[in-house]
Amino acid sequence: MERNTAKENIIELKHISRTFDDGFRVVDDFNLTVQRGEFVTFLGPSGCGKTTTLRMIAGFDKPTEGELLLSGEDIRDLPPNKRPINTVFQRYALFPHLNVFENVAFGLKLKKLPKADIVKKVKKALEMVDLEDFEDRGIQTLSGGQQQRIAIARAIVNEPEILLLDEPLGALDLKMRKEMQLELKGMHEKLGITFIYVTHDQEEALTMSDKIVVMSEGKIQQIGTPEDIYNEPKNAFVADFIGESNIFSGIMTGKCRVRFCGAEFECVDDVEHGTMIDAVVRPEDVTITSPDRGIIRGTVTSVIFKGVHYEIAVQSGKNEIVVQSTRKAEPNTVVGLCIEPEGIHIMLAENTINRIETGVDKEYRLQFLGGILNCDMTAIIPGSSYSTDGSLVDAHGDVIEPDRIRVIVSVKPEDITMSDDKEAGILRGHIINLIYKGDHYSYVVRTEEDEDFIVSDEYLWNMDDYVSLLIPMDKFHYAIKK
Amino acid sequence: MNKFRFQRSQLCIPYGMFLVCFVLAPLIVIIYYAFTDGEGQFTLENLMGFFSSPNTIGTLAYSLGVAVATTGICLMLAYPIAYILARSSIRHRSVVLMIFVMPMWINFTLRITALKEILTMIEGNLAYHPFLNTLIGMTYDFLPFMILPIYTTLLKLDGSLLEAAADLGADAVHTFLKVTLPLSVPGIISGIVMVFLPSMTNYVVLDMLYNSTYIMGSLIGAYFSAYDWHNGSMIALILLMIILVFTLFTNRYADEDAGSSRGGVLG
Repeated sequence: MERNTAKENIIELKHISRTFDDGFRVVDDFNLTVQRGEFVTFLGPSGCGKTTTLRMIAGFDKPTEGELLLSGEDIRDLPPNKRPINTVFQRYALFPHLNVFENVAFGLKLKKLPKADIVKKVKKALEMVDLEDFEDRGIQTLSGGQQQRIAIARAIVNEPEILLLDEPLGALDLKMRKEMQLELKGMHEKLGITFIYVTHDQEEALTMSDKIVVMSEGKIQQIGTPEDIYNEPKNAFVADFIGESNIFSGIMTGKCRVRFCGAEFECVDDVEHGTMIDAVVRPEDVTITSPDRGIIRGTVTSVIFKGVHYEIAVQSGKNEIVVQSTRKAEPNTVVGLCIEPEGIHIMLAENTINRIETGVDKEYRLQFLGGILNCDMTAIIPGSSYSTDGSLVDAHGDVIEPDRIRVIVSVKPEDITMSDDKEAGILRGHIINLIYKGDHYSYVVRTEEDEDFIVSDEYLWNMDDYVSLLIPMDKFHYAIKK
Repeated sequence: MNKFRFQRSQLCIPYGMFLVCFVLAPLIVIIYYAFTDGEGQFTLENLMGFFSSPNTIGTLAYSLGVAVATTGICLMLAYPIAYILARSSIRHRSVVLMIFVMPMWINFTLRITALKEILTMIEGNLAYHPFLNTLIGMTYDFLPFMILPIYTTLLKLDGSLLEAAADLGADAVHTFLKVTLPLSVPGIISGIVMVFLPSMTNYVVLDMLYNSTYIMGSLIGAYFSAYDWHNGSMIALILLMIILVFTLFTNRYADEDAGSSRGGVLG
């Protein structure tokens, strides 16, 4: 069958947002153009808004803002039964009171097609999903995989312009899922219609799609081909979600030179000197050598056999690096690690605010790098208060366990000042990096607790200077981690 | 010495005894009385009597008429109520449902007496509209039994099936006719069973509404109060047969649908 190769936009989502009645913004400013015949996958963890977006395309849900164009026409107010779009539902939603034929023929009968045509089309659709001669079977006599196929046949028999698939393989076992992935891909090529597929399984997305839309918390994180998404993740979320990856925060130290994990590496991305970055390194891009030949050195902490390769965890300083290697390493031995420039993917750090995640002690005092920060916990946790026995209770009066509280303490680089009086500040450390930023210097200070702080200062200090950091108490910001 | 060993099947003994005492024995007594005369001789006269008397046949026909009409009216009233309650997103759904079902919790005598007073106020003399009053009384009494099973079935209805129907091109009317209605048949059947059978026999409603008409239940009551156990038992037996046939008939549908909705849950 011929494949429509014309680059025509079939569906466009422009600034689509969906806010629930309780004010929760489940989809936020979603922009996407899908071309006719493409296989597009919405990928993201549960609750990221991918299914809601799909439901808006199908017409079961209405965007609160934005435009939804089908072949250039706004279909926002078109009910689902008027859209040339069909859906394969997550749990199939086959009609239990109808047999296989009646299920597949449901849409055709509503279109009032001649009976002979219906019979022919149903037969063809059932052939497509390899379930010929199943017409008279009841739905409840079918296995999960067969029901899945009937659900697909019921949708494609209507020859929709777009086929939506909402985690259609989620209920199948692994082997069946792999089989169906390939079959769906084949079906897509054969039919030439546009597929929009929703899944949380990154491998499924990489296997099947022409284009992947990675979503998190209602926002698009990255749109690209499977290769793009895997090789050039745009941010830490994408890198973390797609495949296994090591993510290190670091800083650019020169042209195509980057520093992380306590060592300097060559890389291929030319980012401005002094920029804070996140470096993504895939486990398969790390090679293990002898300690003296590696760029970084570390101790093997665990070795797990994974069939094709070993998964080896190496501890180097405060960083843990996961390595995939076909050669075994012995636990508790010191090894060297090398990373080729092509194996390092540089992403701009999301922001340059110092953030430290911490907890509280038994008296609900905020721990901070070996010390205590005096702050009002009731102000950090909304609605909470201290009960008479000194424990913290939430708005409903339930006790909040101290070990469940995680707080993100943040402080801006410009709110920190440096002093050479060791006793003046609350933290002490060495300057490990400095860049002149036009009107000020940006320093990275590594404290004795091995935590990196970014500090903006107008005065010049030297590399390796031992300084103490002064942070006024009112410059700390606190946020509770969910 | 033989040690006593407890077996699970021994748990059945009390229930078995109950069944023998309160189901099997009375049934045998009824059958015995139905086929004997005053001297204890076997006879088919009671059976012949029932079918040859225009009085009893007329009562049977009237009872069936009352039952069919009551069931029909209950269904007409109950389905929309159940549908609205189950499918709408009103916040205090269970409270609204409770209001409809609450009459079930109020003493039967009290309810019918209250109804009698209201009807007397409207109609003046209850004797003028016996059939209408019977229907009003029965419907009032049995409506909750129709609402509940239909409501439960509709509540369990998988919303994605309705979305699937819309997705495949069905408008609201077609979705209702082709998906919602067929899938609520099990609830309708249970509702019919719960209303049809009692409304054939519950003559207390009629009695309390000063009704002069007779349904099957009143006939049995009349024979028994005249100490005619034989004819009364025969009518009871005939009624039992009618109910049995009716139940077998409806069970076939209910079974089929229960089976398919089970498949739906799994799918």
